[in-house]
Amino acid sequence: MSQNSNTNPDKALVSMQRVSWIALQTIVIKEVRRYMRIWVQTLIPPAITMALYFVIFGSMIGSRIGEMGGFSYIQYIVPGLIMMSVITNSYANVASSFFSSKFQRNVEELTVSPTPNVIILIGYVIGGVSRGILVGCIVTIVACFFTPLPVPNVLLMFVVLIATATLFALAGFVNALFASKFDDISIIPTFVLTPLTYLGGVFYSLSLLPEFWQYVSMINPVVYMVNAFRYSLLGISDVNVYVALGMIAFFTALLFYVALTLLNRGKGLRA
Amino acid sequence: MVLAVDETAALEIRGLRKQYDNGTLALDGVDLTVEQGDFFALLGPNGAGKSTTIGVICSLVNKSAGQVKIHNVDIDENFPLAKQYLGVVPQEFNFNQFEKVFDIVVTQAGYYGVPLEVAKERAEYYLKKLGLWEKRDDRSRLLSGGMKRRLMIARALVHDPKLLILDEPTAGVDIELRRSMWDFLIELNEQGTTIILTTHYLEEAESLCRNIAIIDRGKIIEQGDLKSLVAKLDKQSFLLDVDQVPTDLSACGTEQISLSVLDEKTLQLDVAQGAPLNEVFLALNQQGIQVLSMKNKTNRLEEMFVLLTQGSSTAQDQGTTL
Repeated sequence: MSQNSNTNPDKALVSMQRVSWIALQTIVIKEVRRYMRIWVQTLIPPAITMALYFVIFGSMIGSRIGEMGGFSYIQYIVPGLIMMSVITNSYANVASSFFSSKFQRNVEELTVSPTPNVIILIGYVIGGVSRGILVGCIVTIVACFFTPLPVPNVLLMFVVLIATATLFALAGFVNALFASKFDDISIIPTFVLTPLTYLGGVFYSLSLLPEFWQYVSMINPVVYMVNAFRYSLLGISDVNVYVALGMIAFFTALLFYVALTLLNRGKGLRA
Repeated sequence: MVLAVDETAALEIRGLRKQYDNGTLALDGVDLTVEQGDFFALLGPNGAGKSTTIGVICSLVNKSAGQVKIHNVDIDENFPLAKQYLGVVPQEFNFNQFEKVFDIVVTQAGYYGVPLEVAKERAEYYLKKLGLWEKRDDRSRLLSGGMKRRLMIARALVHDPKLLILDEPTAGVDIELRRSMWDFLIELNEQGTTIILTTHYLEEAESLCRNIAIIDRGKIIEQGDLKSLVAKLDKQSFLLDVDQVPTDLSACGTEQISLSVLDEKTLQLDVAQGAPLNEVFLALNQQGIQVLSMKNKTNRLEEMFVLLTQGSSTAQDQGTTL
């Protein structure tokens, strides 16, 4: 048996690159297994919610609103609704999974191991991104039952999808680090994320707003994501797509730095 | 026993201090050395600093000052490398209650860079060894307390650590299971794994460990090999079961041995270190009293522990917790 490795002090040691790579796979597999195990809670509700949005805002109310940006109202809101699902799910996955690990203290399995903090962070973020994209795909399939989507820029669509999911997975991780009770991981989604999403141009074009509120909307990062994604699906946007991509990249880098710094300091993890 | 190739200590702690944010000084300059291959006990009353010391070693607690080396690797210089040597069995259950037993062990191996196939083999080995193989597909929350504790041991061993730290490993475990866990730990130690345990069962430390340290109020107050430390005791107490108590008690004692009657069938002997017992038995015999059995009143380590940590309750009252 492997007990023999004790005879050689270096034989048991594994290179840090190998530890990092295997640990990363382990965390990702664990995370995917977690949300797949509870798929009724994680994958089905967004599909049902979005189907209701499509029926009510798209088919029933949308037919009275008419066109927006040259598209039917239901077509106009589909990119925003997909983005809303991606944001909510990537955020919720990391926030709830990492906080649960903290709460049950099984996060100690990771913190006592040689897994570097950056790998812990990336592993959880990949888990959140994968759920966000999976839910995004499900919602897109549901949307296709209600309206056709031209998708002129497939590459941009995937870039925006992954970048947005990454950004909000990172935000969920920071939330989980600060959280000390389950209420703490629902406060941010309720009081920050939902308003930002609803005011982020999911249901309307910014051009419908008074000039002052158009400027105010520009400080909302969700505006850039929704519009960049809408551009990739419909070819229209209220903001410059390159500016939008730059903003997403900036916020992602900022949150990555914040999350890693907090993790290195042991925020919420070490006494 | 397998001889270690390098001669560095398995664990070396120098001047370790920990002051919590609320001002509580949990560790006040701990110095500790545990040699490779040792079976070592860290003993102390509640709140003495045992768990804080372990917390610092395995990065669950940030130290305020001091140096910790695991197999000569300073945790401040290369903690990930130092952690590769280390396996930890914490005091409280800290695995995911919704995961399957097998998955918990395999996942832990992954965090140490053990490839999946090897991890599965090792998980099978340790789960069988610890009597959990039949439960491998059960959710961990369904296990009994003793099984959960064994699961934590299997999880800590799956990456073949050279230094295994167990914080109260047999707390709440029944006697039979405790004995089997002792046998397992002895076997592990004989294969070369250095073991450090904290325990409230002093009998456990006396049965298993070669060296001990006693920590009290954040300081190591005694450290050394168990036999030498116990030999320092200047007095031992024995209980004698007798058929009747002597009428002349003073005639049975000596300058170094005093007798007292506990009840009509039991005598207590307080014996100075090294004093011969023959004279007592001779005197009892002369009075026609038969000694039916004899045993230590408390185990010797317990006597020493109480002696050294007298007054520790004051520290607890002052809130020196963890």
